[in-house]
Formats: sequence, C-alpha cells, structure tokens
Amino acid sequence: MKEDEYHFTLDRREFLKLVGSGIVVFFTTGDPFALQQRRDRGYPADFNAYLRIGEDGRVSCFTGKIEMGQGIHTSLAQMLAEELDVPLDKVDMVMGDTDLCPYDGGTFGSRSTKYFGPPLRQAAAEARAILIQLASERLQVDQKNLVAKEGVIFHQQNPQKKISYAQLAQGKKIERHLEEKPPIKPYRNHTVSGRPTDRMDARQKVTGEAKFTGDIRLPGMLHAKILRPPAHGETLKSVIVSAAKEIEGVTIIQDEDMIAVLHKYPDMAEQALGLIDARFEPFRSKLDNQTIFRHLKNSAQEGDVVTEKGNVEEGKRLSAKTFDKTYYNHYVAHAPSEPHAALVNIEGNKATVWASTQSPFRAQAEVAQVLGFPQEKVRVITPFVGCGFGGKNQGYQIVEAARLAKLTGKPVQVAWSRKEEFFYDTFRPAAIIDIKSGLDGSNKIVFWEYRNYFAGDRSSQPFYDIPHFRVLSMGGRGGSVHPFGTGAWRGPGSNTNVFAMESQVDGMAEAAGMDPLEFRLHNLDDERMKRVLMAAAEKFGKSFSRAPSGKGYGLACTDYLGTYLATIAEVDVNKNNSEVRVKRVVCAQDTGEVINPEGVRMQIEGCITMGLGYCFTEEIRFSNGRILDENFDTYEIPRFSWTPQIETVLVDNPEMPPQGCGEPAITSMGAVIANAVYDAIGKRMFTLPMTPDRIKEALS
Amino acid sequence: MEKNFRFKLNGKTIDLASSPERMLLWVLRSDLELTGTKYSCGEGFCGACTVLVDNEPVLSCQFPLKEAEGKEVLTIEGLGKNGELHPLQDAFMQHNALQCGFCTPGMLLGAYALLLKNPEPSTKDIVDTMEGNLCRCGSYKRIIQAIQTAARTMRGERP
Ligand code: FES
Ligand code: FES
Repeated sequence: MKEDEYHFTLDRREFLKLVGSGIVVFFTTGDPFALQQRRDRGYPADFNAYLRIGEDGRVSCFTGKIEMGQGIHTSLAQMLAEELDVPLDKVDMVMGDTDLCPYDGGTFGSRSTKYFGPPLRQAAAEARAILIQLASERLQVDQKNLVAKEGVIFHQQNPQKKISYAQLAQGKKIERHLEEKPPIKPYRNHTVSGRPTDRMDARQKVTGEAKFTGDIRLPGMLHAKILRPPAHGETLKSVIVSAAKEIEGVTIIQDEDMIAVLHKYPDMAEQALGLIDARFEPFRSKLDNQTIFRHLKNSAQEGDVVTEKGNVEEGKRLSAKTFDKTYYNHYVAHAPSEPHAALVNIEGNKATVWASTQSPFRAQAEVAQVLGFPQEKVRVITPFVGCGFGGKNQGYQIVEAARLAKLTGKPVQVAWSRKEEFFYDTFRPAAIIDIKSGLDGSNKIVFWEYRNYFAGDRSSQPFYDIPHFRVLSMGGRGGSVHPFGTGAWRGPGSNTNVFAMESQVDGMAEAAGMDPLEFRLHNLDDERMKRVLMAAAEKFGKSFSRAPSGKGYGLACTDYLGTYLATIAEVDVNKNNSEVRVKRVVCAQDTGEVINPEGVRMQIEGCITMGLGYCFTEEIRFSNGRILDENFDTYEIPRFSWTPQIETVLVDNPEMPPQGCGEPAITSMGAVIANAVYDAIGKRMFTLPMTPDRIKEALS
Repeated sequence: MEKNFRFKLNGKTIDLASSPERMLLWVLRSDLELTGTKYSCGEGFCGACTVLVDNEPVLSCQFPLKEAEGKEVLTIEGLGKNGELHPLQDAFMQHNALQCGFCTPGMLLGAYALLLKNPEPSTKDIVDTMEGNLCRCGSYKRIIQAIQTAARTMRGERP
C-alpha cells in the first residue's frame, strides 16, 4: 500500500516537473475499461489526465487520447473552456504524447467524449474554484462576490476590481488532485459547449501545414521498404539482393525474418525493393471469399449466451408465424486515407517515435520491448492521424521502424504502401447471423433466437419488447478462425448485427401486414427509441406503406452503446444494370447532451457516406492467402457521385450525459439500405455488400 | 542518371538535379520537403496527390519529374498568397469540409483547377470533375458546399 502511494506521488511529481509552473489539476476519467487496464499494467490508477493553467493564462489539457478526424480535439476543448470560463482560443489540447500525457488505453469505441468529458469538466470546475480562492485572497474580496469570465475574475459589483488567470498563475506551483466532484454548470448556462464550433485544427489542415507521421523530416533520416510475402502463409525460400545494391545510396538490412531496403528517398527505396529477387514457398488454401461462410459455420463453437429473457421454447409455442433467416457479410477493409506510418529516432538510450496510431501507449510498450529499453525511455508522439476506424490500434510498422533505426543507427521511417495497407489490415470479420423469430396473433414479436457467428456481439441485445429471447455468440469475433488478421472496424460487430436484426424485423413487418414504422412502434416500449423513430419519420416527411411498396423507402433503428438512432433511406434501383442509387438519407440521433452540434452532424454525415461502401462494394476478395484487392481500383469506396442528400436531426436530450457519436450512425446503414432495396424491388438482400451482381441474381 | 531540371514551384524558380523518371510527388515531399501533397494510393486512384502543372490538375504520383521541366507547379503550400488564405481554404474551414484532413490538400487543388476553368460550376460539374478524389471520412457533401461558396466569393458575390 505504502509503496503504491509513493509511486503515485512520484509520478505526479514527474509530470509536474515536465509542465513547469502554474496551476495543475490531476484527474481520472470514468471509463471503467480504461481504469482496469491501467491497474493491470501497474500504472497509477488515480489519474490519467491533467490540465494546467500556465503563467501566460493559457489552459492546456494533457491526454493520451488522439485526434484522427473525429473532432474530439475540438469537443473536449469546448467542455474545458466552458467550465473554466476561458475563451476557446486560449485552450491547447496536448494529445497522444507518452512523455507529457498520462497512460491511456487508446482511442476507440466512441468513448472519448462519453468517459473523458465529464471528469474533464469536473477538473475544470476544480481549477476554477482554486482560481476564485486565489483571487479572493489577492483582491481582498469575498469569494461569493467574485465572478469569472473569459479568463478574468472580477468583483461582481465593482468590475474594475479584477485579476486575470495569467496573473494568478504567475510564480505559482499549485497541484491539486480531483477527489470530490465539484458541481458543474447546468447545461442551460452553457455558452461555449453545445454551440456549433468549427474544427480547431482546420486551418493547419487546409494550408498543408498539418503534419501527419509521414510528413516529419529529421536530418539523416532513411525511408525503409520491407520485403513482403505475396500471400499470407507463404514463406521465403531464397533471395538475391545484389541488383538492389546497385542503386546509389541504398542500404540493405537482412535481420532474421526481415529484409529491408533503405534510402533517403522513399521512391528510390521502393525501386530498389523491386530489384530484389525473392522466391516464396507457395501456400495452398481452400479458403476464399466464396467458401469462407461454410468454413465459418464449421468453425462455430458452442454458443455463449450474450443475453436472454423468458423461455424461447415457450415463445415458439405462442407464435402464429415464424421466421428463419440467415444473413452474411464479407470482410471489409479500413482503408484509411493515410496508410500506417512510423518514424523512430534513437539517441543514446532514448527513443522517440512518431506514429499514426490509435494507441500510443501500446506502441510505447512494443517499442520498448523490441529495443530492450525501459518504457520511460521511449517517447511516442502522435501527430495528426489520417483516419483510424479501429485499423490503427495495432502498429507493426512502428516495431519495424524501431528495429531498423537500431540496426542502421539513423532515424528510420516506415510508411506502408496502399498494397501493404490492404495486406496487413485487420479486416472487419466476415460473419454469419442466424435469426429465428415469431409473431403472435396480435403481431407482437414473441420470440427471438439469435446466433452470431464471429461478428462480435455489440448491439445484438434486442431493444424491442420481446418476452422470450436468447442471443448466442458462437465464438466471439473468431480470432484465428479467420485466414488473416481481423479487428475492430468503426462500430465493431454492430454493422453486422443491425443489418441482420433490422432486416429480420422488416420481414416480420411485412408478414404482419404493417408498414415498417407502424410495426416497430407497435413492438417498442422504449420511449427513447420511439422518439428517434418519430423524429426521423417527421423529417423524412413521406409516409411508409407495407413493403414492398415500390417507393424504395427503408427504415432501421438501433441502440449503439447508449446512443439511439433511427435512419431512413430512399433509393432507386436501376433494373437494367441492378445498380442502386441512394437519393436521400435522414438520420435522427439521440446522443445525450451534445457538446458540439456541428461536430456531431459531421460524424453522422461521415458515417452515412462511409457506410454506403460496405452496403454496395466493399468486400475483400482473397484466395490462397492472397489479398486480391490491393488498391482503390478494385476495392471501391464511396465517391462524390454516391453522395445522397443527407439530413440529420439531433434529438434533444441534454439531461443525459454525452454519449459517443463517432460510430453509431454507420451501424444502421446495411439494414436501412437493404430494407429500402426490398421496398423498391421486393427482393431481400441477405448478403453484404449488395453488389449489382447479387441484386441481379436476386431479381432473376 | 541524374539530370538538371528547372521549373517554377509556387512562384519560385527551382533548380534541382534528379533522375527524370522519378515521380513529382516524391520530389516534392522528399527533396523539396513540401509535405502538404499526400500519398494515399500511389497508383492514380485517389487524388490525394493532386497538384497543378501549368494550371492543369495532375496526379503527382503518376507524373514524372521530367514533364515538369520549364513549367509552373502549384501545390497546397502555394495556394494562399502572402499569408492570406485562398477563398477555397476559407470556405473549407467555414463548412467544416474536412475531418482527418488527409485528403484535403488534393481536394483543394482539384477544386482550384475546376474553378479556374469554370467559375460557376453546378453541383453536377463539381461531382463530375472531383469524382477521382476520394475522402474516406465522407466529407463530400460539405466539400461540394464549400466549393460553391468559394466560387461565389471569387466571382465577387456574397458567399
Ligand atoms: S496518391 Fe496519387 S492518386 Fe492516389
Ligand atoms: S477528411 Fe479524412 S479522408 Fe477526407
């Protein structure tokens, strides 16, 4: 116990040394997952972020979270500025730097605003209380007569009597740890938070000044290209590097399993790599994107119960109509705009790493291990990250760069090509969902039996009012069942689950002779869900009919980790070429208290647009371990011409703490489009993506 | 074999020795350390590396250095003038037409080339011209709005 305390204090003191003088408040985020992770790793569990008011009056927040386009850089700053009463432009967010920021488990799962926001507010309120106390001493005014505004504290009756935060922080070294929860402002009094706010990083991004990992230049640095097998499972038989050596300025490293070519110019390294004559032992496999579903079914384990209620057998007996359907989805790539990159510089016994990663502390641990350095001798800095979506949790490229930096004694950058990006991606797992369900005589869903093969179980809890249900997971996300790496993909599990669940519900609505909205409302008790459905329907403004109506309207709703949403789409299916055009998408979302309405809308729009990819085209094709899609020519992602008219409704719910908003809206896209396609052509699509070929097949 | 090249880059004359077949993208990013121009696909499928050569948009990952000889190259670093943002840059900020911002330089240059030729583009004109520029974050809707706003500003109308 004693020793623990000692460690905690020491850690805090070390951070204090780094940040220098001013007023510092340490605090802990409320994410139960992150806290546990920290304890497991022996990190201090009493704080994982802090904020500082510097002698210049600027306020900095230090956190291991990272910005990858989702906009928390701005929304967190808004929360801080609001509670501390400073102008937004006086706030600096220091993110994802392992030297300056306390340990954080990574940025994913739409958790940042939800779990980090509330304690950040409390820490800011605490800092404000300290400032008021100091001001009261300096101005000789009773605390209750003081008010804070825009970084200045003044006497309410005599505003001439005032002092700025900068003046108060000067020459001070005040450290506090947030123990209690100081009261925070009611949302009604908010002037910064809750207002649409432009991205704080936009200026750097439109001028080209924003530095992504691959943009960092160090004197003497080398770019490395690494020899890769043509297919997963192939091993190197023989290699001749002599031709590559002919290129001027090239360095070749052969170290254990790694063969790398380094040059001061990345394109020259690439050219040299092309001159290496390498032979690989071919790999034969029966698995490809045609046979994968049979393989997955055969690999199923006994089901774990995710959730259950009542007695499914009883529900079956009560059913007047039953439904038994199977849904499939293929592997999907993250395809981030910025391929994975890392730069490692070793100076003496200290390594500095710049990396495009969602998990800087994980990278720190991995680099420390491969270099044999203690962790505190490895500093990971996270520059701007060009998309993550779950694809940048792992960082092989970081370890590769670290090894090469050590071997060459130079700063080394490893930046993957698009082909490597597709090859080493941790795909969204291919998955199968079996659903059996039943309706009673009054068109109420009476049972629901759900088998989930490898999608992951998020969002698979039924939210309709069903007396008897059982949800089974037949082996988690599958892990080594898959022929290559798989992992979390924006809205992990949920995209597949919502596609299956909400398609099934639509089928039942038709059998009940009801329109999709009417049927859902008929089977829902949850008022919050009804409210988002009504909000979406109102915005859509056109009425549903029992499907297939020929109108091409689709509806889907879901609960994504506490964020509720309903989406409506209108599509046109071209019967000649079986192509679908999405004309309009309306999404109503209740995400609790909204910090930055503009930011939330951007996330919803992004989700809708990106989601169209997995609806129509995104499917990784593979055979014999080879990834056949290597670039955007065959792996098509949404383009300008796909963009539908998008309308968003933010359903007001300020009493509820802020929920996540970076992922929810993408998870309903498969279902809403499949339902709209059904409404248009009367054919249900059971497989994602709904390619023209699959639609043609359904039509014939 | 290295050769000497001279071209204009963002208004300044550049003299440089390099091998003629190297792609302009890498010369810009490495030799000249202008990293605003991005690599995303390397094969001409995404538009992230778009720059202008003599006012025509080109994919710099597919554009050999030798073809820049004697020409004028414009990159994102040269879009604003004298510390002032170009109206397109302003409009992208105003509409929040970006998220991660990785595709943004290519988008801006593509849009700039479009507006040079067509100061009053319809939505369809914008979509057709920009179709090769990909945005994984899905900011297309806002990018279209931003281009329209910038076009109005540049025509001297109220945005
Ligand atoms: S990087 Fe040049 S088109 Fe994609
Ligand atoms: S803003 Fe991220 S790719 Fe366009």
